[in-house]
Amino acid sequence: MSISTDEVKAIARLARLAIDDSAIPGYADQLSRILTFIEQMNQAETDGIEPMAHPLDLNVRLRPDRVTEKNERDLFQAQAPQIKNGLYLVPKVID
Amino acid sequence: MPDSFPRTAAAISAALENREFSSVEITRHYLDRIAKIDDELNSYITVCEDRALKQARAADDIRAAGRASILTGVPYANKDIFCTKETRTSCGSRMLDNFIAPYNATVVEHLDREGMVMLGKTNMDEFAMGSSNETSYYGPVRNPWDLERVPGGSSGGSAAAVAAGLAPVATGTDTGGSIRQPAAFCGISGLKPTYGRVSRFGMIAFASSLDQGGPLALTAEDLALMMNVIAGFDERDSTSSERATEDFASKLNDSVEGLRIGVPKEFFDDALDPDIGDCVSAAVEQLEKLGARAREISLASLPLSIPAYYVIAPAECSSNLSRYDGVRYGHRCENPKDLMDLYCRSRAEGFGAEVKRRILVGAYALSSGYYDAYYRKAQQVRRLIKQDFESAFAQVDVIIGPTTPTTAFRVGEHNDDPVSMYLSDIYTTAVNLSGVTSLSVPAGYVDGLPVGMQIIGNYFDEARLLNLAHVYQTVTDWHLRVAPCAA
Repeated sequence: MSISTDEVKAIARLARLAIDDSAIPGYADQLSRILTFIEQMNQAETDGIEPMAHPLDLNVRLRPDRVTEKNERDLFQAQAPQIKNGLYLVPKVID
Repeated sequence: MPDSFPRTAAAISAALENREFSSVEITRHYLDRIAKIDDELNSYITVCEDRALKQARAADDIRAAGRASILTGVPYANKDIFCTKETRTSCGSRMLDNFIAPYNATVVEHLDREGMVMLGKTNMDEFAMGSSNETSYYGPVRNPWDLERVPGGSSGGSAAAVAAGLAPVATGTDTGGSIRQPAAFCGISGLKPTYGRVSRFGMIAFASSLDQGGPLALTAEDLALMMNVIAGFDERDSTSSERATEDFASKLNDSVEGLRIGVPKEFFDDALDPDIGDCVSAAVEQLEKLGARAREISLASLPLSIPAYYVIAPAECSSNLSRYDGVRYGHRCENPKDLMDLYCRSRAEGFGAEVKRRILVGAYALSSGYYDAYYRKAQQVRRLIKQDFESAFAQVDVIIGPTTPTTAFRVGEHNDDPVSMYLSDIYTTAVNLSGVTSLSVPAGYVDGLPVGMQIIGNYFDEARLLNLAHVYQTVTDWHLRVAPCAA
């Protein structure tokens, strides 16, 4: 499997990663090698095999719908790069 | 205070109980050693001197009051992936270089409650993605047996610290081999518990269906003592096993007479250094002399485990790491021109090359049109691997093979080819894909470098693995050899 530089740009945008144009061919080459390697698994006969998402095939546990955590906004926002009046700041989205 | 201190947690525990030295004294001993030799090794990202001495004083008070548990006052090193209040948790990444978690991981709460002393946070591959510790934002860790070589990864700092005598025991995490491979490369013991045994709450996520925390130590006995502290059901981890925990040390000295060992022929492939194969074969013969019965078995899908792993792990990583947005915590770029720019540049600056590669592979494998060919196919292969283990464990009690195909490689050796680095985990990832338990113990040396033997057990069969490993360590001394820089 070979990945084109345009595909790398598209995936990088999906993954929200800025990649310099000069680095794109390097990523295309490395990702192509990784995908070629991954395709060895096509040797496996998997018709009718149920996909396995989780090691223990767990049923997700349910819990009572009640409040167990207290509001710790100030504590959490102490980690934030930019806040004001208890709000997280981001660049203007709507003009 | 003695001239020299014991090296294992079990021996330190006994000496503390006999008042041969205090927790403050043994803690000071490790802090002094870290200050003296860790510049060269780089095994710690953060050393917590004040916190450690405070915990040690508290532990001494608890012991004086007659309320000590077995590991109260025993120091440990904590992989920098477990969240700790008031101490930075970087996960080896620039993204979290300034991150101080608002809560403790459940594992840390357990260790605190036992009264253990956290010496510091250990170096690791960035977000646990790597097999050499070279992807850390804080620089590579060096192998205590040869400073030109890697300690393995991703728990390379923890493994190097224990091997170099900079902590008696340490925490680690294992997503595809990240406890066992560095344990093998550094000549120590390491256990990956069954998925669900050890809480993942507060353990920074890489691939949630594969990640599992566990201990690294010099001996199987110390692994068991650490498991008794860190394992157990946690309602804050939705994948935590509700199965009751047990005394992992209770079976250490049981007889291994009649134990059925399976040796998979797929582990002895062309990739394996023949000298490592000889070490593992000799170890199996030694276990047979103790009464175990070995036979060849097959895990036919094993060769497909790395390809399947490198779909599933990146897919889960690309999803998990989408939380790093430059808004709520972690690195944020300067002067973003719009929201998209804020996301893209914060993440590009905060993540290193290997993490970006895996995010891109995962995003590709999950993208529309490729999902069935990659992700679904990998999940089907995962089922085949699990079925292989189920068939094997219907015939044998444990499976034994090498932990790694080679001994520790040189720093920089695999830099140009990510796939060649991935193959370093060729014998370990199948265990994570299926969720069973496995440990690595030292089983010899090749050209002065440690060799690891891997013992794989069925779900929740840790006590049996620890029993076999402990019995092996009572008749061998590989685990007692001291790395040059620790002498």
